[in-house]
Amino acid sequence: MTPTTDANGIYAIQANDLNVFYSDFHAVKNVDLKIEKNKITALIGPSGCGKSTVLRCFNRMNDLIPTARIQGDVLFHGKNIYDVDVDPVQVRRRIGMVFQKPNPFPKSIYDNVAWGAKINGFKGSLDQLVEESLRGAALWDEVRNKLDANGYSLSGGQQQRLCIARALAVKPDIILMDEPTSALDPIASLRIEELMIELAKEYTIIVVTHNMQQAARVSDYTAFFTVDENRTGYLEEFGVTSELFTMPGSKITEDYITGRFG
Amino acid sequence: MTKNASFPEGQDLNRFIKRRQQKGVIWRSLFLLATTIGVVALMILLITIIDDSMGYVAIQYKVEPDDLVIGFYQGMALDAPNVQTSNDMAWLADAIAGDANAVGLLDETGYQARADALQAIDVTDAPLHDVVVVASKDNSWAQNISSLELMNLFAVTENWSDVRDGWPDAPIRRYLPAPDSPALHTFIAQTYGDNPATQPTEALLAMLVQHVSAGKMRQLIDEKPLAARTREEYVDLITEQVLAPTVAATWSLFDSIFHAETVMAEAAQIPRAQVQFHRWITWDFITSPQSSKPEFAGVRTAILGSLWVVFITLIFSVPVGIGAAIYLEEYGSGGRLDQFIENNINNLAGVPSIIYGMLGLAVFVRALEPLTSGSLFELANPTTANGRTILAAGLTLGLLILPIIIINAREAIRSVPRAFREASYGLGATQWQTIWYHVLPNAIPGILTGSILAISRAFGETAPLVVVGASTAIFMDPSGPFSKFTTLPIQIYQWTSRPQAAFQNLAAAAIIVLLALLLALNAIAVILRNKYQRSY
Repeated sequence: MTPTTDANGIYAIQANDLNVFYSDFHAVKNVDLKIEKNKITALIGPSGCGKSTVLRCFNRMNDLIPTARIQGDVLFHGKNIYDVDVDPVQVRRRIGMVFQKPNPFPKSIYDNVAWGAKINGFKGSLDQLVEESLRGAALWDEVRNKLDANGYSLSGGQQQRLCIARALAVKPDIILMDEPTSALDPIASLRIEELMIELAKEYTIIVVTHNMQQAARVSDYTAFFTVDENRTGYLEEFGVTSELFTMPGSKITEDYITGRFG
Repeated sequence: MTKNASFPEGQDLNRFIKRRQQKGVIWRSLFLLATTIGVVALMILLITIIDDSMGYVAIQYKVEPDDLVIGFYQGMALDAPNVQTSNDMAWLADAIAGDANAVGLLDETGYQARADALQAIDVTDAPLHDVVVVASKDNSWAQNISSLELMNLFAVTENWSDVRDGWPDAPIRRYLPAPDSPALHTFIAQTYGDNPATQPTEALLAMLVQHVSAGKMRQLIDEKPLAARTREEYVDLITEQVLAPTVAATWSLFDSIFHAETVMAEAAQIPRAQVQFHRWITWDFITSPQSSKPEFAGVRTAILGSLWVVFITLIFSVPVGIGAAIYLEEYGSGGRLDQFIENNINNLAGVPSIIYGMLGLAVFVRALEPLTSGSLFELANPTTANGRTILAAGLTLGLLILPIIIINAREAIRSVPRAFREASYGLGATQWQTIWYHVLPNAIPGILTGSILAISRAFGETAPLVVVGASTAIFMDPSGPFSKFTTLPIQIYQWTSRPQAAFQNLAAAAIIVLLALLLALNAIAVILRNKYQRSY
């Protein structure tokens, strides 16, 4: 995928009429979502509303689930990433991901960061790239003297920043974050949030979060998902975060953000 | 009615809790009993084996070792020039006293009786007891001699000057007690010893020539020229060909320790039997080839056979098993066909091993005979070649443990956290890169552990090899995949079915060797597992 023109305009990625099925179960229906460049977009909603499923559609992570089936388009650089001529490897190379539970490889800190670059044919100086990525993830000062140490010797928050550094090392356009702070303590969570705001200067970030305060603190846009009576998730409301939280457009959104359900 | 009326209170509560705790105590004792049964069974097994692996044995020799040595040197002494023998000590003493060139051997009393006319010759480095080497008072030279000079004095030497320079050039006249007399025995036993194992090579060769037929001697020379044999090999030859010990009876370790007197009484009933304590498991036992005589049989042939078979099993089943596991775990779609394959593999792991033996016989021994016999590669003599080879056995055992390896490897692959796969894919890795860099490295300890345990199962397997055609009596070490073979379990099986008691002891010793090898394999598996303990 070598885009020549920026067909999506100010949007980094957009979903058009996206439907996801797991076998016969209709998990998510009719999602239209436009993600603006260099902004943080938060996906919130009650458990089982399909927000993680939608997130995983953006880098074809759902392909790993044999029963998953996707309908609709996800346009990235003007190209539907679900077209038959698109290799998911290409997509994931451009759209990085940070997971709920920190999952460094059981390797050294250095190798954790360098590996993705290596397999993607990186030709430059690895040392430089590793330093740059670790600085980008605000981890460099803490690990500069123990790059050979196993990734699992770090604390939970440090591990998660290592995973972010690992994602940065392949120079993605977009970083997807699937509840990146849910396994961390409040202080470590706060550092990740600060980091996200810092990263948004260069990257487009889509973050799934259970924590509404977090969404309110860090995100520019918020998409609120909920479920219908068939437990199928759908996008209830999407808008600028400050507006959505102060003047929700629908009753359901209001109930959710004021804590009346979910 | 109080609010807790439905629950027991006060005394009732205490009793109720006590009853619930008692139930736990009963279960705990049952579990302890179960563990104890297992441990006791294992102990009994070990004790039974060890009980058989050492103890008293009664050995009958065709020629007694001391008779062989003493007979040989007595013959040498009597064949020397100028020998006179007599049973009459007084006559010997007189004869020596009257001749300055005489030397002789008297017992202590015989010497004391004529001490006035005789002088005792002292052997400086190994004084004699109960017998005295004497010369006439007229002999002015022979005083103190070394044991080597003593040997020469009563051997083929002609003159006194042959024994030591400076002694007269006169013939030695020797006076010895009669053949087989106690005095002569005592003298030879003290001078030369009575153990064949300590004799010099030349003496051993001479003994061999004396006792072995000319035809047998030619056969031995054909096997290996005499000059090329070491002293130890001569000792072995003497033991096998001349002494020819046979085990007439054996006793268990328990009897040997606690009923030693009964053992001795029983042994006394056996003519010409020598009782000695014997450990059946010795270094010789491990390094000696198979033999039809239990006294000389060892397990080298069987150990080498086992190692060869297991090696073939390993190089066949481990790569195939891991490959199949990777396919099923990582590439298989989980569809109907995959389900079918999976069920089959699980069922195959439970098929009795004898059935694999039938399969091996039909496929590897018969159908693929040109391949398994080696005749396809012109590596075997086509007239005698057959498919009952190490290769056929190794492949059969390979099939036997293949399902186990696949199941274990799948388990190991599946236990690699999904998070690693997702992280890898998330960075833009291909499926193969994910498998190669993350799944396999993290699964390898588990795969190795499973494979080693499967291999140790193959190591102890007997039934399929009986069907495939392990040789029961084979005396040649296996030399390659196309050799005939036997394995340790087969060897044990064969020995236990022999009527002679000594083979039962050999079987016990071989079982200890087999157990030691199996435990070593399992220990490697444990060490690997601990070494690569998960860091995540």
